[in-house]
Amino acid sequence: MSAGTHHGMGARTGPPTADSQTDVRMDGTSGLRHERDATPGSAGLGRVGRRPMVRGREFRSYYGLPVLNEPTWKDHDIAGYLFLGGLAGASATLAAAAELTGRPDLARAGKVGAAGALAGSLYSLIHDLGRPERFINMLRVFKVTSPMSVGTWILTAFGPQCFAAAGTAVTGWFPRLGRAATVGAGLTGTAVATYTAALISDTAVPAWHDGYREMPFLFAGSAAASAGGLGMLAAPLAEAAPARRAAVLGAAVESVAARRMERRLGHVGEPLRRSRLLRLGAALSLGGALAGQVLGGRSRAAAVAAGAALLAGSACTRFGIFHAGMESAGDPAYTVEPQRRRLARAEAERDLG
Amino acid sequence: MDLETALPGARDEEAGYAERPARMGFFTDTSVCIGCKACEVACKEWNAVPDDLTAFTGMSYDNTVGLGADSWRHVAFIEQRKPLGHQTPGVGDMDFRWLMASDVCKHCTHAACLDVCPTGSLFRTEYGTVVVQQDICNGCGYCVPACPFGVIGKRESDGLAAKCTLCYDRLQVGQEPACAKTCPTDSIQFGELDELRERAERRLERLRESGVSSARLYGHDPDDGVGGTGAFFLLLDEPEVYGLPPDPVVTTRDLPSMWRHAGAAAAALLVGLAAVAWKGRRR
Repeated sequence: MSAGTHHGMGARTGPPTADSQTDVRMDGTSGLRHERDATPGSAGLGRVGRRPMVRGREFRSYYGLPVLNEPTWKDHDIAGYLFLGGLAGASATLAAAAELTGRPDLARAGKVGAAGALAGSLYSLIHDLGRPERFINMLRVFKVTSPMSVGTWILTAFGPQCFAAAGTAVTGWFPRLGRAATVGAGLTGTAVATYTAALISDTAVPAWHDGYREMPFLFAGSAAASAGGLGMLAAPLAEAAPARRAAVLGAAVESVAARRMERRLGHVGEPLRRSRLLRLGAALSLGGALAGQVLGGRSRAAAVAAGAALLAGSACTRFGIFHAGMESAGDPAYTVEPQRRRLARAEAERDLG
Repeated sequence: MDLETALPGARDEEAGYAERPARMGFFTDTSVCIGCKACEVACKEWNAVPDDLTAFTGMSYDNTVGLGADSWRHVAFIEQRKPLGHQTPGVGDMDFRWLMASDVCKHCTHAACLDVCPTGSLFRTEYGTVVVQQDICNGCGYCVPACPFGVIGKRESDGLAAKCTLCYDRLQVGQEPACAKTCPTDSIQFGELDELRERAERRLERLRESGVSSARLYGHDPDDGVGGTGAFFLLLDEPEVYGLPPDPVVTTRDLPSMWRHAGAAAAALLVGLAAVAWKGRRR
């Protein structure tokens, strides 16, 4: 199909030029032929007096198609992992803090919960690979430029300690090893809960990339709130005070970070501000945290309900962030308009300077 | 933290080749593209890229839609009610021009896909191009949202990332890439990047002199957000009209700051959870 020439719209052959162009091909064939150096649009007189002199600076695109390719990550795997990874990391940290402050039941609940969430995380991560059997290829390099590579090594450090802490807590075997693993998992757990923010921000997806300042705090808060929720659900009321406080602190940090991000991102923040999942997540987290703090110390039923709300809230928040990012990647306006504004700003600065 | 020195190979100049050939690339001069799609066909034939025709789109002559795992060259067709230079379109009283452009992987100087690849499957070749090693890739898909141009994709059939290799196999035996070889108007020109850039400047000047004021180069500037591209273009309208980002920036440029923020959040999480447990401690 040679559409252009049939309709007379193709390249018009211009006169041969004197500036012979050198050939840079590898196969040694001769240079560009003169007749190929056509200058379309140079012939003819054109129409006069119908040019719009000022064109409106409106957003343009190629048939409304996105500039970016759609991320291939599945929400139940990757958004699910953002939730489970946060839960695993913060639960391990809360468990370590509980153990060191003499709350063995809360510690055990955190360790077992962390191990379960970690198992779910690993399943999701491997399941999302195009070639799951090649999971091990992640371990052939360490790249600080790839948050996924860094995350792989963080999980490699966290995983054995997390499972060892849970195993020793349940069986009662090797208490010293268990204590060391608990502390180790508690320390590395903070990295597990927060590196995922860098993971999604280090992409060209507008809402994820531009939110990179608040995202780690949003994720840390959401992780702490979910770990608090799990502690309320699983630990006896008498030991669960730190879990209730963690939920309040986490939900507050998550809310503040989310509001800041939505405001600072301006136009690109629209998918975040529109997200019903994010609204629901914030309501569940704040409601659960508040209910847990007020009633969770007295009523087992209230503690369970508040804990469940906190877990659901954290999951909603992560799915909300995930889908808002997908929406921002799918609309060329969120890619083109900020870049146009950046160019215009740079041009204005050049003109002034 | 300087990411570029932390990772040899992330940047073209530091890819670790003691003696290497000149950086090779494409100059795609869209002003002479006739939309024949020979480049798409040649690419598919040479690289055994699977069929991906799905439907009639109604987007002028474009049924390829965009670049992806199964489309390594994509010819865009844009119909506009405005004139091209002094040209008389010959369609009644209506102004009309038809823009055609063959898009391809940009082989960025700062390539986000390569930076974020967690297996090292994506690497920098001795020609300064960016290539996926199919036997290493595990299909994590991180490169897909990392690319600011929407080039690389994950193939459904084998689960692996795939994109233009600038015909790495052909380069190694002194052949030019299949698309450039087949292009009947030399809209796709292959060669040493430095020389192509000079050639493009001359071509731009010539087009502007002949009244095509909308002509511009895209991706030729080593100071842009991706350090300049190995495959660059001469366009006749703004980049976004062709589906290209007007000011792409490699996402890893902000990664040092992302790590600092993540580190601060991790420390805050540790302090916060320690603090909530400290109150009312039992030993």
